[in-house]
Amino acid sequence: MNNANPLWKVLLLAAVVLTGAVLALPNLFGSDLAVQVSGRQDPLTPDMQFTAKTAINEAGFEGVEYREEDNRLVALFQNQEDQLKARDQVLSVVEPSSTSVALNLVSASPDWLRKFSEPMYLGLDLRGGVHFLFEVDMDEAIKSAEERFVSDWKRIVREEKIKGFKIQHANGAISARFNVEADRDRMLELFRQEGRDLDFKTSEDNKYGYIEANLTDAAVVTEKRAVLQQNITTLRNRVNELGVSEPVIQQQGLERIVVQLPGVQDTARAKRILGATATLEYRLTHGREGDWAAARSGSVPAGARLYTRRDTGGPILLQRDIIVTGDQIKDASAGFDQQSGSPAVFVNLDGAGAKRMQAVTAENVGNLMAVVYKENRIDVSFVDGEEVVKERKVEDVINFATINDVLSHRFQTTGLGGNEATDLALLLRAGSLKAPINIVEERTVGPSLGADNIRQGFLSAVVGLIIVVLFMAWYYRVFGMVAGAALILNVVLIVAVLSLLQATLTLPGIAGIVLTTGMAVDANVLIFERIREELRSGSSMQVAISAGYDKAFSTIADANITTLIAAIVLFSMGTGAIKGFAITLTIGILTSMFTAIFGSRVLINAIYGGKRGKALAI
Amino acid sequence: MRNIIGESNFDFVGHRRIAMFVSSGLVIVALLAILIRGMNFGVDFTGGFTIEVGYDKPPNIQQIRDVLAAAELPDAAVQNFGTSTDVLIRMAPPEDGKGGAALSEDVFRALAPTSETPVDIRRVEFVGPQVGEELRETGGLAVLMALFAIVVYIWFRFEKKFSVGSVLALVHDVIITVGIFALFQIEFDLTILAAILAVIGYSLNDTIVVFDRIRENFRNMRRGTPAEVMNISVNQTLSRTVITSFTTLLVLLSLFIFGGKIINGFALALIIGVIVGTYSSIFVASTTVLALGITKEDMMPVEKEGSDLDHIP
Repeated sequence: MNNANPLWKVLLLAAVVLTGAVLALPNLFGSDLAVQVSGRQDPLTPDMQFTAKTAINEAGFEGVEYREEDNRLVALFQNQEDQLKARDQVLSVVEPSSTSVALNLVSASPDWLRKFSEPMYLGLDLRGGVHFLFEVDMDEAIKSAEERFVSDWKRIVREEKIKGFKIQHANGAISARFNVEADRDRMLELFRQEGRDLDFKTSEDNKYGYIEANLTDAAVVTEKRAVLQQNITTLRNRVNELGVSEPVIQQQGLERIVVQLPGVQDTARAKRILGATATLEYRLTHGREGDWAAARSGSVPAGARLYTRRDTGGPILLQRDIIVTGDQIKDASAGFDQQSGSPAVFVNLDGAGAKRMQAVTAENVGNLMAVVYKENRIDVSFVDGEEVVKERKVEDVINFATINDVLSHRFQTTGLGGNEATDLALLLRAGSLKAPINIVEERTVGPSLGADNIRQGFLSAVVGLIIVVLFMAWYYRVFGMVAGAALILNVVLIVAVLSLLQATLTLPGIAGIVLTTGMAVDANVLIFERIREELRSGSSMQVAISAGYDKAFSTIADANITTLIAAIVLFSMGTGAIKGFAITLTIGILTSMFTAIFGSRVLINAIYGGKRGKALAI
Repeated sequence: MRNIIGESNFDFVGHRRIAMFVSSGLVIVALLAILIRGMNFGVDFTGGFTIEVGYDKPPNIQQIRDVLAAAELPDAAVQNFGTSTDVLIRMAPPEDGKGGAALSEDVFRALAPTSETPVDIRRVEFVGPQVGEELRETGGLAVLMALFAIVVYIWFRFEKKFSVGSVLALVHDVIITVGIFALFQIEFDLTILAAILAVIGYSLNDTIVVFDRIRENFRNMRRGTPAEVMNISVNQTLSRTVITSFTTLLVLLSLFIFGGKIINGFALALIIGVIVGTYSSIFVASTTVLALGITKEDMMPVEKEGSDLDHIP
């Protein structure tokens, strides 16, 4: 027994140390503030790159650096003020519908190192940002899915020339009432052929026959899935439009969506945009301007609807028939009207919308056309601890004008404020939500707290590590120094694995690393105490070392596996930040098994292997 | 060879009545604290709204309370947070249904007259009542799941009596740690729950090391009553138990002192848990196993079942 190191063990340890160091190294460089310009669909053209670069250079920031990348432009700045200013500069020269301009933090490590590894991904609590948990209003989604059948049924009944019916969505079901029962049964057959996704119920009293229908359970599930997916797509589009780098948009369960926006500071705007339902509608006016006031007192003519004008608050009558809706708008951008200089939204219609717009305006040259701004505002209130959700429809006419010419694809709409025009253009581009969403959880961390968290987390980890290393070196002398080296290697390896997996480091994650630092020495303490026992019972140093490592092994494994069980439960049950703790704890336990058992043994063997006697510095 | 704990020969088993008295006393006090004083749950579990703001100079807390009351914001609890320049404002779920961002804007606007320079919004947390309830449920479930998984593992690796002993020690640790949070009304949020789960992992770590030694000694020592074997095993591992707890406490103190306010409660829960866990792995876990009547036979390697089936054609 002389505890010599086989060559492969030395090489393995050296390889792990080297790989770990390279992987962990980028984290020492910190990050730079960057503005990132990229194409939304296609790669950024060299022309656009040049335009953006020129805009930044003209502003004359100090110490701007550019990073060469294939299809995007990354400009690095010295301070946040420059970064924000530069973004606005670039935004003023590029087309927002095709180009995305985002603030970002990028690794400051040198180019050669970035080829090998990227630093850990910092969580929202460390870099600042906002976390939303949205809940999709599924009752509303199912209701609107059922309401689509109401118009189908009405069409069928009219085609059959039946009189005296009433069809509506009431009391949570599609309900139809007929005068004669025979009509009812014939209609039931037709409805059945039309809607396979419905469960039907019939009833009658002495005057009427009734049909009631609801979506089948299977159809409800399908509808919910579809609505959730569509809302996720819309949210993703909107987040892209906001210009947030590295966002997270994820489904959680069957009715919820998580949205995480790192580095976003204007959380109020982010929230307004994400939850917004604003859209536009184009309609012809009804009757003459002089008649509109009369409609206020209750006499709204058939085929007309009463609206309020945004500018004066006065009444206006519009046709019930819509020319085009927001869904037919393909593209939109905000700008200024060339004549009046007031904010405007320039819209581009899709094929069907353009055709219809062309046909209607051709027939109505000289008449008035109005633009309706529609928005669903959700008011949530708490009555006796129960959530009460009320939906309020905001609909007002932002502008109306004489049709001078035939319109088709592209035209402009004025009548909004500057910010409103920008936001509306964004919403029209990103598409509308299929069902309203409510925020059920929000966590925002400001940039100052994020910076504090990093600094304090790092400090506590370093201080903890140094104290433990010093204590071990004092208590177990040479063996303690070896344990200290293993401990430092363990921290390097945790950081390396986190970087490799591109896992998210959170503040509880740092706490996990700190805790592992304290617990990882346990394996070495167990081994060293065993070696001491062996020495006390008279073994030679080589036997003592070997027996110490062997006998302690199963205890170490058992002890670590139970902690691993707790960590895995934490991971599977936990949310965001807690997961971060579970991840670092798990990785820490696994790497410490390697460093404290394998790593320390190789070092001890290198120091004491082959020597004779009983004098161990332990 | 430096020794904090030398070769000790303390009669742990002989003093088990004292330990039992101390433990049950602590558990009863902790349970009473939990039942009577109740937990001071954070917004994670109750639902509600927390906002942390930073000032350049120490602000007047009463003035902040006054402006918030004047702005008709729901009953706000205002207190300093860590430093004199940081202020924590807590509110119940708002009645008019404004969630985080909208409400934080209102608070931000209301606070404007309390400072000459703009107030720095450091943190906003809004948890809907429904989400709070879910987090409470999954949290409780997580603790139960962890305990259950551990019982199964120890049963499988050791023996039923050990499994009962270790879980009793864990329940003891969790109740006392949670009880201290109730007694001093320290806020109990998600990170504290994570700390409790880590305490379960840590305390068990300690217990396992002692159990491992008990099993080894039962198998190797020809003589000695179970009580003697227990005593020798606990004494043999005592040095290791104390050193590991000490290093863990060192890093936790570093976390508590330097880690910042947000991680403070987390570090505190772990510090309490490690101390209680160390005590319980020495005094509670093994004495329970002894009280359950462990014998040498329980610890002998089990002969393969069905080894005599070979003779059946």
